[in-house]
Amino acid sequence: MSIDIILCVPSCEGPVRKAFELTGVTAAVATSPRLNEIAALEGDDGFAGAVVDATTIAFTDAMSLCRQLRGRERAISPIILILDRYQMDELTFREDLFDDFVIAPADATELATRLRHRLRRAGHDGGASLIEQGGLTINLETYQASIAGRTLDLTYMEYELLRFLATNPNRVFTRETLLNRVWGYEYYGGARTVDVHVRRLRAKLGEEHAHLIQTVRSVGYKFGPNSNWSLGE
Amino acid sequence: MQSQAQYVLRTVEERGVRFVQFWFTDVLGRHKAFHVTPAELADALDDGMTFDGSAIDGFSRVQESDVLARPDLTTFQLLPWHAEGAGVASVFCDIVQIDGTPFDGCPRQQLRRVLAGAHERGYTFYVAPEIEYFYFHSLETSGAPVPVDRGSYFDLLPDDDASQLRRRTVLTLEEMGIGVEHAQHEDAPGQHEIDLRYTDALTMADTVMTVRHVIKELARQSGLAASFMPKPLSHEQGSGMHTHLSLWTEETNAFVGDGPYGLSTVAQQFIAGLVHHAAEITAITNQWVNSYKRLVPGHEAPVNSAWARFEPSALVRVPTVKTGRLESTRLEYRAPDPAANPYLAFAVILAAGLRGIEGGYELPAEGSSAAPLPRSLAEAVALMEGSALLHETLGEHLVTWFLRNKREEWASYRSEVTPFELERYLPLL
Repeated sequence: MSIDIILCVPSCEGPVRKAFELTGVTAAVATSPRLNEIAALEGDDGFAGAVVDATTIAFTDAMSLCRQLRGRERAISPIILILDRYQMDELTFREDLFDDFVIAPADATELATRLRHRLRRAGHDGGASLIEQGGLTINLETYQASIAGRTLDLTYMEYELLRFLATNPNRVFTRETLLNRVWGYEYYGGARTVDVHVRRLRAKLGEEHAHLIQTVRSVGYKFGPNSNWSLGE
Repeated sequence: MQSQAQYVLRTVEERGVRFVQFWFTDVLGRHKAFHVTPAELADALDDGMTFDGSAIDGFSRVQESDVLARPDLTTFQLLPWHAEGAGVASVFCDIVQIDGTPFDGCPRQQLRRVLAGAHERGYTFYVAPEIEYFYFHSLETSGAPVPVDRGSYFDLLPDDDASQLRRRTVLTLEEMGIGVEHAQHEDAPGQHEIDLRYTDALTMADTVMTVRHVIKELARQSGLAASFMPKPLSHEQGSGMHTHLSLWTEETNAFVGDGPYGLSTVAQQFIAGLVHHAAEITAITNQWVNSYKRLVPGHEAPVNSAWARFEPSALVRVPTVKTGRLESTRLEYRAPDPAANPYLAFAVILAAGLRGIEGGYELPAEGSSAAPLPRSLAEAVALMEGSALLHETLGEHLVTWFLRNKREEWASYRSEVTPFELERYLPLL
């Protein structure tokens, strides 16, 4: 997973710097809102987002920068503004130019939270937060799994087992491997525990989806949304 | 641990859970709970819930009264009969000392210890109980209870209500991930049976607690009542909890071998251990005065320490295994009743069997009785008191408390004048 680079105009000091540290992103600082200076900073992966401080450059320049960042071929999103309170009125009819804002003086925690949230929404969190396989949806952020729209009530180990299998579809895992990878510690249940949990998961998935977890005779289990299935015990 | 807590907290938030019930059991297997609100949950997950153990039978002596209920987050589960948005979830707890060290009065802890001992020798213990119980119209104690499915003259309910209720119960259990092998009507009127699919013994002890709760709760919602009393009706069969047992090493069933009925030496020694120690552990597997009204001849309940292939009144049975399904080789221990404390019952059953393996016990002849099972709670308690096996397995703290509690129960029963005596003697003597 590469570290996201966030464009920062015109500086990255104090609470902004702190917020970037909290979020775990790197700043690329353009000291002026000029596009060619910005383009020179841009790496192959582009920018994962931008923070524009409209309190230290002219407000109209800030707005025009946002418009340009949005309009160019590699459009930048999310864009977060730092504003003085009185500038909020100016945002009317410019809602399309930014994704979020904080009021100066920026609070590092608030900015970090908004940044993280927006990066997530934009899919810049370094990995998909949704697993979707054969009617099964697992939201890795909220730990909620659903099948054909019906939310599943899972225990933690059931959730972990399902997540592991669904992340590696069509791969066969032995009970031993599953115990090591999912449980990850000495467990009194022994290898049969995997069978017990698979049985529980199938029951919760319901009859028409139980085949998502397939028994591979004398080997173990695999998650198979599409292939031919059997429910051997 | 961290991610488990995260999982619980997030699920509580996402699913609109209003209360998390911290479940635990006292020494007699009674189901207890704290109700924790989401606001308190994060702290409670980290620190556990302190409570005065002496307020609850079986926990703690007076001088060490504060104990801690610490949730086992792997057991966190939403209870499906509560409405979405006003959800209730449950999590099983271990009871520990305030300083976090194990507490000897905690049945879950005791079972864990016995399982850990088996694990050190390379064994994993799996159990599958068959839970019998009755549906009654009410649990009023002014007269004999009335079973729901003996269609009597004034019944408003059709005969089928109990079967529907049992079906709904099975579906709810499946929804909670509890595997049900099958369910059926039992011999006596109003008597039903739910057979659970095997799990490791700790999970199963938790499961038995959950199942008893679900059965009672759903019956209550239908305006009926369920009871696990071992023998609620004088002339009908009582309710047992026949428990299927198997020992595994890694992925191999250690009971499979080439001895009689396809049993290994380990299995034969395990049976010998059960048969040899059965009388001592009966106070745990059959812990109430009423339990011994079930263990009488004539109703397929065991009265002697004997093992057999088919004989339904045997204490240990060796069920027939389907061709090609050797891995389902198992023993069936038929003494326990569903009013036992499942943690302690599974612990002492395993301990008795392991004793047979360690001591290299010789398997007695099929059908021969090693000893009669105790015929009353008083006999059972006396046998328990003299049992080194039980003292070692459950610890002094728990055994001492249990013996004291059961002697009191017997003493108050003994001084009771029963309807039997009044009917029989009052007109006559």
